[in-house]
Parts: sequence; C-alpha cells; structure tokens
Amino acid sequence: MDRVLRAHALKPENFFDVLEERRRGSDISHALRTFSAQVPPVPVSALNRMVQESQYLHYVISEIAAETGEPYECVKDEATSILEEMSQNLQLSFIRLMAFALTKVFKRLFSSIRVNEDGLARLQQAIQEHPVILVPNHRSYIDFLVLSYIMFTYDLSVPVIAAGIPLMGMSLVGEVLRRSGAFFIRRAIGSDKLYWAVLSEYVRTIVRTGFAPLEFFVEGLRSRTLKSLKPKLGMMQMVLEPFFKGEVYDITLVPISISYDRVLEESLLAHELLGVPKPSETTRGLLKARRVLEENYGCMHVYFGNPVSVRELAEGRIQRGQYNLIPRDLPLKLSANLQEFVGDVAHLVVHLQERGSVLSPWSLMALILLQNPDDLDWNVFIQKTLRLRTLASQLGAQIDWPAQLSDLEVMSSSMALHHAVVQSENGRVRLVEKEGPGPITQEEAVLRRASSVLMCASYRNQALHVFTRPALVAAAMAMAPSHSKEDVFGRFRFLQDLLANEFIFIPGHTVQDFEEGCSGLLRCGALSIQDHALSVIGEAQDTVVFLSGILKPFIETYQVVLEVLGKETFQTFTEKRFVPDIRAATVKLILSGEVRSYECISSDTLKNALSALVRMEAASKCQVADQIEYRVNQNVLRRIRDTLDGSVASEVPLYSRL
Amino acid sequence: MASNTDISEHQRSARRRLRIIAGHLQRSEQDGAAALSAQECKAETPRPSAAKGTAVPKRRQEIMKWNGWGYSDSRFLFNKKGQAEFTGRRYRLSGLILPSLKDWFEGTFGANLQHKTPATASLSVSAVPPPNLNELLVEELKAAGVALSSNPEDRVFRSHGHCLHEIFALREGRIGRIPDMVVWPSCHDDVVKIVELASKHNVCLIPYGGGTSVSSALECPPEETRSIVSIDTSQMNRILWIDEKNLTAHVEAGIIGQDLERQLNESGYCTGHEPDSMEFSTLGGWVATRASGMKKNIYGNIEDLVVHIKMATPRGVIEKSCQGPRMSTGPDIHHFILGSEGTLGVVTEVTMKIRPIPEYQKYGSIVFPNFQQGVACLREVAKQRCAPASIRLMDNEQFQFGHALKPQVSSIFTSFLDGLKKFYITKFKGFDPHHLCVATLLFEGDREKVLQHEKQVYDIAAKFGGLAAGEDNGQRGYMLTFVIAYLRDLGMDYYVIGESFETSVPWDRVLDLCRNVKERIVRECKDRGVQFPPLSTCRVTQTYDAGACVYFYFAFNYRGLSEPIHVYEQVEHAAREEILANGGSLSHHHGVGKLRKEWMRESVSSVGLGMLKAVKDYVDPNNIFGNRNLL
Ligand SMILES: Cc1cc2nc3c(=O)[nH]c(=O)nc-3n(C[C@H](O)[C@H](O)[C@H](O)COP(=O)(O)OP(=O)(O)OC[C@H]3O[C@@H](n4cnc5c(N)ncnc54)[C@H](O)[C@@H]3O)c2cc1C
Repeated sequence: MDRVLRAHALKPENFFDVLEERRRGSDISHALRTFSAQVPPVPVSALNRMVQESQYLHYVISEIAAETGEPYECVKDEATSILEEMSQNLQLSFIRLMAFALTKVFKRLFSSIRVNEDGLARLQQAIQEHPVILVPNHRSYIDFLVLSYIMFTYDLSVPVIAAGIPLMGMSLVGEVLRRSGAFFIRRAIGSDKLYWAVLSEYVRTIVRTGFAPLEFFVEGLRSRTLKSLKPKLGMMQMVLEPFFKGEVYDITLVPISISYDRVLEESLLAHELLGVPKPSETTRGLLKARRVLEENYGCMHVYFGNPVSVRELAEGRIQRGQYNLIPRDLPLKLSANLQEFVGDVAHLVVHLQERGSVLSPWSLMALILLQNPDDLDWNVFIQKTLRLRTLASQLGAQIDWPAQLSDLEVMSSSMALHHAVVQSENGRVRLVEKEGPGPITQEEAVLRRASSVLMCASYRNQALHVFTRPALVAAAMAMAPSHSKEDVFGRFRFLQDLLANEFIFIPGHTVQDFEEGCSGLLRCGALSIQDHALSVIGEAQDTVVFLSGILKPFIETYQVVLEVLGKETFQTFTEKRFVPDIRAATVKLILSGEVRSYECISSDTLKNALSALVRMEAASKCQVADQIEYRVNQNVLRRIRDTLDGSVASEVPLYSRL
Repeated sequence: MASNTDISEHQRSARRRLRIIAGHLQRSEQDGAAALSAQECKAETPRPSAAKGTAVPKRRQEIMKWNGWGYSDSRFLFNKKGQAEFTGRRYRLSGLILPSLKDWFEGTFGANLQHKTPATASLSVSAVPPPNLNELLVEELKAAGVALSSNPEDRVFRSHGHCLHEIFALREGRIGRIPDMVVWPSCHDDVVKIVELASKHNVCLIPYGGGTSVSSALECPPEETRSIVSIDTSQMNRILWIDEKNLTAHVEAGIIGQDLERQLNESGYCTGHEPDSMEFSTLGGWVATRASGMKKNIYGNIEDLVVHIKMATPRGVIEKSCQGPRMSTGPDIHHFILGSEGTLGVVTEVTMKIRPIPEYQKYGSIVFPNFQQGVACLREVAKQRCAPASIRLMDNEQFQFGHALKPQVSSIFTSFLDGLKKFYITKFKGFDPHHLCVATLLFEGDREKVLQHEKQVYDIAAKFGGLAAGEDNGQRGYMLTFVIAYLRDLGMDYYVIGESFETSVPWDRVLDLCRNVKERIVRECKDRGVQFPPLSTCRVTQTYDAGACVYFYFAFNYRGLSEPIHVYEQVEHAAREEILANGGSLSHHHGVGKLRKEWMRESVSSVGLGMLKAVKDYVDPNNIFGNRNLL
C-alpha cells in the first residue's frame, strides 16, 4: 500500500474545459455523434438473468426459505422484484438524450468543467485491460451526471452507477437515471440478507463480466460538510470479491476527485448540519430547485486519479488460495484478513481522492475568514490568503489560481460568486448573516450566525486534508510534555485516534502520517529535527500556530462535548437526545462567551465526537427498549480531557514503531 | 462420411499410427563401448518374449540428440529459402515444407531469421568433470556382471531431463553436476544387487528411464558429494508374460512406450497408455511420476492401469502378494511407489492391464465460437460421462499455431483454416477467427458404439454453439502431438525459449484459471523486460468428473535480456503461484521433482509431508536414492 501511495505522488497536470467546445459547437451533434467506446459485452437482460440464475443466489434463497419456512419460489420472486427495483437499464440512446440536455444545463450552471485529460487517457487504457471501478468523492447530486457526461464526451464506456434509492423515487427522473446507467440501492444494505445477496451478486456480475465501468461513492453519502467521509465498506467488498475469488485477473480502481467552486446544494448544507431537515428527493423538490439554475456556480474540477491495481495492493497481503477448498459461490462471510484489506483499500481510495482534489481560491479564503470571523481588512485578507496559498502549495496541494488574473481579481471574483456568504464593505470583509423575519431570540441569533459559519466552513473543509497531518503534528507539539519525537508522536497518535472520524487516515498508517506531517513542516521551513527532537524554527512560529489553529474548531468541539458529558446530568443519555441537548448546552456556552467557535454546534462534528468517545471507551452504547442509550465512563472521559488539555501524559506511545 | 469407416481400413490406420509412434528404427548396432559388459540375466523369471528390436539403444546418443529433443535425424530448420522444414523420415511431417511457420514464428515472437543463437555443435569432453568413482563398488558390480560405463557422453546424457534450463545449458555447452557412472541392469535381480552394493558402499543412485522428465527430477543435486550412479533401465525392456484370461501383462519397467504398444499389438493387445512422450518414456518412469496418457478416458491413468508393482529398495523388495483387482489392506502401498520419483527405489517389474486392440478408431473435431463455450461443452461431456478416448480443447492462439504448421502438400494436412473458409460463409458465420477455438476428438471401440458415441458428443457440442469440423482436422491435431516437442529446439536457434506446464483444476475454475495464468505470464514478461509479448496459450487436455487438466505453453523472444533463463524461471514461478492461487494443483502428471518442491508443504500439508518423509526415512534411511525430488 505504501508502494502504491508513493507511486501515486501527484504530478502537475493540465486541465481542460469540457464545456468550451460545447460553447462553440453544436449540442445536438455532440449528442448524436458516433460513440466509439466499448459497449457492454452482454445485454442488460442477460446480465439480470445471470444474477437470477447464479448459484450464489440459489444458495441464499434456499437458506432463507429454510430459515423462514417460506416456499423457495416465494423467496425467489422476492429476489426477482428486488432485482427489478435495483437494476439499471443502460441505453446509449438515452445517454445521448441526457448528453444533449446536460450540455444545456451545465453551460448555464458552470463557467467551466475542467478535467485532467491525462487522467482520461489513463482511464481509457485501463478500461481496455481490466474491470474498472470509478470511485468519485460525493459532494453534490450532480456528481455522477457530470462524470457520465465526461465519459460520453471523451468516448469512454459510460459507467453504471450505484445510486441511492431516494433518487429512484422521483418518478420520471428515476427512469431517466436508470436508462443512463444508474442502479438503485437502499440505505441499510447490510441488514436484509436477501437484499444484500441480490445486490452483491448484481455488483459482482457487473464486475465479472466487465459489463461497464462501475461507479460508486465509497463515502456512501453525499458529504454535507464537503469533507471526506469515513468510507463505507459494503460496496467496496462486493466490488473486490471477484478479485479475491480469482474471477477476474485484476480490478482497477480509479479515484476521482470532484471539487466545486460552489456546490448546488449550498443552501442546504448548513441547514442539514443545524438539524433543519432537508427536503426529500422528490421530483417536485428538484423542480423547485429550478431556482438553482439561475445562479452561477463557477468552475468545477474533476481529477481522474491514477488507476490503482487491486492485484498490486493485494500482493503479499491476500491469499486468494483461501477459496480453494470451498465452492466460491457459497454465501460466506469474508475472512478477517480480507475484511481488513477491504477497509484499507477504501481508506486508501479516499486518501487518493483527497490528494487529487483541486483547491479553489475560495476554499483558502474561507479558511482565513473562519480564523478571523468578526471582520477583516481586505488587504490583510489578501495577504493572509496569499501566504496560505504558498503554504498549501508547499504542502503539495493542487490549486486552481488563474494565472492570467491579478490576485485581487481572483479573490474578488470568488467573493462575487459567494456573495451569499461573504461581503465586503468599506474595505472590511465579513460573513453575511441571513436576514430572517421579525425579532429573534438570542439562541436563534446564534443559530443564524452558525449557519453562515458552517457554510463557510464547508468550503474550508475542501482544503483541510492538505493541512491535516502537519497541523496534527503542530497541535501535538503544543500538547506534548516535551518536543522529543517520542512525546510528540504519542500526542499525534492520540489526536489522530480521537479525530479519526473527522479526517480520513489509512488504518495502521500512523507512523507514515506522522512522518508526512513532519516532512510537510520541514518543507515549509517551520520545523527542524535534530537528535530525535523536533523544534520550531523561530521565525516560523506563527506558521505552526496557524496550522494548529486549523484544527481548533474541531478540538474545541470535542472539548465542549467532553465538558458537557462530564456533568452529572449526562451520565446516561439517549441517541436521540444527544445532539439537541449538547447543542443547547453549547449555545449557552457560546452566549456566555466560554466557547468561541460556532462550529461547535455542527451536528456532524458532535456525532463524530460521540463515536470517537465510544471507540475510545469513554462511552458505551446499549439498546434499552427501542432506544439506543449511551453511558459515560467518567474515568476514561477525564483522562481524554486531560490529555487534550495537555495536562497529563497519554499512555506510553508506541514510538518503537517509528 | 460412411465411405471411410471401413473396419479393416481403420484397423490399418490404427496400426499405421502405432508404427509412426514406434518410428522406423533399425535394430541398433551392437554396443561398441568397451566399458559395457552386457550379460544375460541370471534370474529365473520366465521369459517368453525376449527384448525385440527396441527403439532406444544403450548408447542413446547414437540416434538421439544430446542437447535437444528426440531423434538426431528429426528436427525443424529454416532452409536457405527461409522456409521451415522438418527433416528425417520418421513422422508424417518429415521431409515436408511448412510455408506458414516462418511468418507465424516471426509475427508471434518478433523473432528474426537473421538473429541466430545456434547450439554448441558437439559435446566438449573437456567440459565434463572427471567421474568420482567408488572403486570398490565398480569392482563388485563388474564381478556381478552388471554393464556399466563412465564415458562422458553416457554420463552427460543421463544428467538431465527436458526442462528448458537443462537443455539451454547443454546447448551452451555448460555441464554441471552429472552422474559419475551409468549402469545398465538387465533384470530385477541385477537391480537388487545394485541397490545392495550401493547401500553397502554408500553411493547415491538415480533411476533413469526415458529421460523425458520435465521437473528437474533427473538433475544431480549439486551438493551431493558421494559418487552418483545412474541406473539406466533401458535393458529391462521385456514383456515377461501376457495373461489373456485376466487381460494383464507382466512387463519389465524399462520398456519404452512405443515398444510396449508395438509388442502388445503383435498379440492383438494394447495398454492404451499413451502419454505424449511415449516414444521415449518408460513404464517405470510412468509409475514413478504418476503419468497420464492421452486416452485415459478409456484406459485410465497409470494408477488405474497397474495391477502389481515390484520395486527394489535399500530395505528390500516391496510388492503385494496377489493380483486381486482391489484390496482393503490398509493404505494402498502402490501409492507410496506411484509418484515416488526415484526417491525410494527402482521399479523393476509391473503387471498392468491390457485390452484388445479396438476394432475401430475415429478422429473428429469441433469448432467453438470461443473458449468459454468450448469449456462449457467439455464440462457437459464430463457430466454425462461420455468423453471420447481423447478430447482436447485448444484456445485460439493454439488454433492459430496449429495452422502455422500446415505443410505445403499433403491431403490430410489441408489447412484447417482453408477448410474452414470453405464453409465459413455458410456455416461459420459469426465465428470470429480471433476467438474461435477447436476441440480435437478421438473415439475408439466397436464401430457401432463409436458412431453412436460420436453423435452424442456432437449433439452436446451443438448446444454450446460447436460445429463439427471434420475428421482430418482432428487427426492432424493428434499427429502434431509428437512433432511439437521438436519445435522448442527451433525456437532456441533464434532467441526463443519456452516450456509447457500443466495443472488440474475443478470445473468451475477452469476458465478463471486459464485467463489469469495466461495474463500473469504476459504481465510478468512485460515487467521483466521481455521486449515482445510472449506466446501464452493453453488447452484443456483431459476431463474428469470433478475437473480438468489444463496444459499451458509459454514462450518468448529473449533478445535484449542478459539472463533469459533467470527471467524464464521467474515467470514460470509466478505462473505456478497463480495456478495455486486459482485452485489449481501443483501438478496433474509432470510431477514435482526439484522444480516444484518448494510448494509441496503447501500442497499436501505439513502432516502430509511428514508422512512422506517418514516413509522415505524408513525405506531409505541413508538416502541412497538421493535425487532429492519431492521432499
Ligand atoms: C514432450 C514431452 C511430452 C510429455 N508428455 C507427457 C504426457 O502426456 N503425460 C505424462 O504423464 N507425462 C508426460 N511427459 C513427462 C514425462 O514424459 C513423464 O514424467 C514420464 O513418466 C517420465 O518417464 P521417463 O521414463 O522418461 O522417466 P525419467 O524422465 O527417466 O525419470 C523421471 C523420474 O522417475 C524416476 N524413474 C524413472 N524410472 C524409474 C524406475 N524404473 N523406478 C523408479 N524411479 C524411476 C527418475 O528417477 C525420475 O525421478 C512429457 C514429457 C515430454 C518431454
């Protein structure tokens, strides 16, 4: 895996605007041109038949029939209807229709959709060799439309896409998407045995037959924070199984990094994080979203990463021979070793998505804005942003900073694009708060303010991964009793552990992450390492402070949670009450000035904090009646709190692994 | 169709085939070597049929290549006009020009006739290390009247099998550790004596049958410091008796396949055991390696054919007390002997099943649109248990290759593709020449049953899109079997090296295994700097109830590589790993030898390996049979 990571170091690549030619040429001839990509080797109907007649499904159906006492045929019918609900119906004629419509829409929404053509060339090569899995990050409902559109435009086999069931619910849209290659999966795929069986066989059959490139979102959901989500493993497992079982020679994973200057769902983002339920995905909802079409969303970047060979990743880690003594069709749980591998691969892919993503000027600006929330002088703002830009590129980020414009123009146009979030007046820059009707309570005012902050934070989040590792080292240094490598690493490990839901780290890669963080700091001249001790270079003190400041909103949230849960009243609490109660308590702390960051009331971060505490055994989870209840372990909680405050040594660090 | 099904014609053609196999050898001249002291065996075994004209003389180098495959007079070469031809007069292909071979050869390997890598012409005696003789043993053997020799050519000839690295080294004139002496026992008692004396003088013995091993089984362990004696069994080549009531024959283990068949044929019988190496390989070698013959579907593999085995070991002679067709007497001791690869003792005599020569033989062939369909058909044939005597499925690359071996003239050899083209438009529409593949068939039995059987198989084939493609094409395929082995030497004259290897695998994994192994070979070659994509092809050569035997050919052009053999070995190693990872066996019939022994533990478990070791330790505590195969 390390080898793969090294081989995938980012080289600068040129991006080309897919829309440019469309603005010049004819949309209809684009849609109708001869499409020369490989077509599926078998018709859709044959694919479904293969799934239905598979030995594997037969086993599962028999098993379920035996368990439930239902007749085999009934279970089989049920499987068939699941398959019907699920299956895609990829049709080139529909793709053409879609291409035509999407050209119109995209031209309206985006000033450009920029793709790295080298990546597409690599993809084209990969498609000819082995089954290809496209793994984009998920930031917007239109992610997969854009991808299919690009594939079509570049004469690449149009993928079949694992989409969420809610989309299917939109009557007409569902059918359109189906014919564009989408297949639909329910949210909780793990719990229903028959469902899992049909879906997994469907996915495996697509991979096995090389039906078409398969696309799925390894994060499972659209990220409401625009930050990478912890990968879900179900689909990844299904996709990789044919390799484990030798049914294909290799599988190629292509991480795809999509980044938006501005996301279409922008106005939903903060609401979702503050507990205002989002509108369900109905056709009407989408139609209402017509307003969306009237806005400009700037530029969109799609980076097609280096194809990753699963075979290469598996070398020395996976014994495919473990299937030698059993029929490969038997419904068996994956061995522990394979499960671990699936997890690592999923994390690796997310990591590669992050590495490949392109930062917009706006995401850097948002970062600066959040560190100076009250208001900021334009010139200072520009200066700070430019310094951040330098820092980010030193840390290896791809930044889309148009060279042909002056820095002032770049930043002003970003401001214009995000006028809903930020405004400048009399040379001062500040976050915009939505005007609401009538007089409001103090608490409501906090929520309003938080909503702007969280929207801004989402854009900052698109850039976070660049800084995470050096920032963690910086924060660890601030907490550690000494700057010896051992002590700093100990804190680093603690922080990484605590924040593992917040940022995506490849399991078991702590040492490499630490080294990466250190070498990042070395590269930007902030650190020197001598005799196994780290020291901050004098003039770069503020860089280190700045970097650790990036983590502050998160750490502060965790501190608040630790604080609140430390109180008597929170000895036990239900899952349902957790976010509202903590949020209410936090709002009070904000009002009293004890807590500064409005990000502390983001439900996303609060939930992450809770699962971190469960993972670290400071809280335990149990089912009481029909509720999920948590019980706090005060001792552990206190220890975590103290370590975070830097007042006690964390447990003995495993420094020997360095 | 009916015109050529005349029984006597077919019997004649079956005989003809056997004659081809046997070759048209004159009786070899008297052995000239002074060191040889041929003696009559003193044993009192009944001897109704003394060894008749055998195809292999004591001094094998007189008629066989010392550094390549087969008879010295038969080889492929590119003549002055740049056309390929096959020399000699032994085979159907002998003396014919093969006009398409050059293009196929250059196109497939990126080889060039200008770039030659000729072999060292003759063995340089000075390159041969002097023998390390155990004088006492030599004395006692001479006294016992056992023929022996320490002539360098005799020793070098018995120092190897036919693995690529072995032949490659010989072509370059490189000689490693070789036997110090060759002995030629002429009967069971001679062998007993030799084993006794070797134990007494602590000398290492390596049995040598036909020398066709492809597992490094005959290679002398370089670390062996004792004197190494090769026991050449070629003089133990008599059929001692034929039991027509029980249909068995008692045969000395050194008999080579073609002699055995020819001699049995004279009495109206056959064993039906026909490994592709049967021109040279021996009964003892088959037992020692668990060999498999082409027609095993009717006659069985060697383990099904043997009724009784006699083996001389350092502990004494092992054999069963009766010839009951099946016994429940604990683990079958034959199975310690079968596949023992010369590590326990020398197989001296074997009683094996015989059958009357079949009344009728018929070849056939089927074209499938692709390999998947072909495999599906074979699987169905196996399921219905109606496999013909032989059924082999070639992949597309091999189909193309077969086409390249089409001679200029000769009716039987009309090109497959030409034949196909004739009805391509009508019948084979939709068959992509880059995907189609061919099965060749051989039916045997009485005429009526064969015809019935044939229909059954063709009906199954039709369900999988297979179309009958004529008898000639089938017959051609089987004819080529014996000459294909000569091709590697031609390749080696022009920078092309290659090898074949095999495995057995459950039915459901056949396709996956074939695809993955072929691809692995291609990738590994690329990764290791092989400039031109290799030939990586396979065929399914045997069907069983629960799986199939798959045979791979792999060859590449090594120009530009400094260590071609090393690269070759790495690729073969990777291919074997791939086979094992895909549920294939370590070997279906070639055996383990030294080439594959690193995987033995994984293949049979530690306990399994321990069992084999325990047997070895009991039977041969001083490692007299020290070829170090298997364990
Ligand atoms: C072109 C070609 C085609 C082949 N086709 C087939 C095929 O179709 N089917 C198949 O099964 N194999 C095939 N082989 C492999 C080989 O022919 C077999 O392994 C064969 O059984 C070896 O017999 P041999 O007499 O040549 O033995 P050798 O090569 O001389 O010896 C093989 C091993 O057996 C031991 N041995 C030999 N004789 C005795 C004995 N009397 N007692 C104890 N140990 C002994 C030797 O020590 C050695 O370890 C092929 C090989 C080649 C080169």
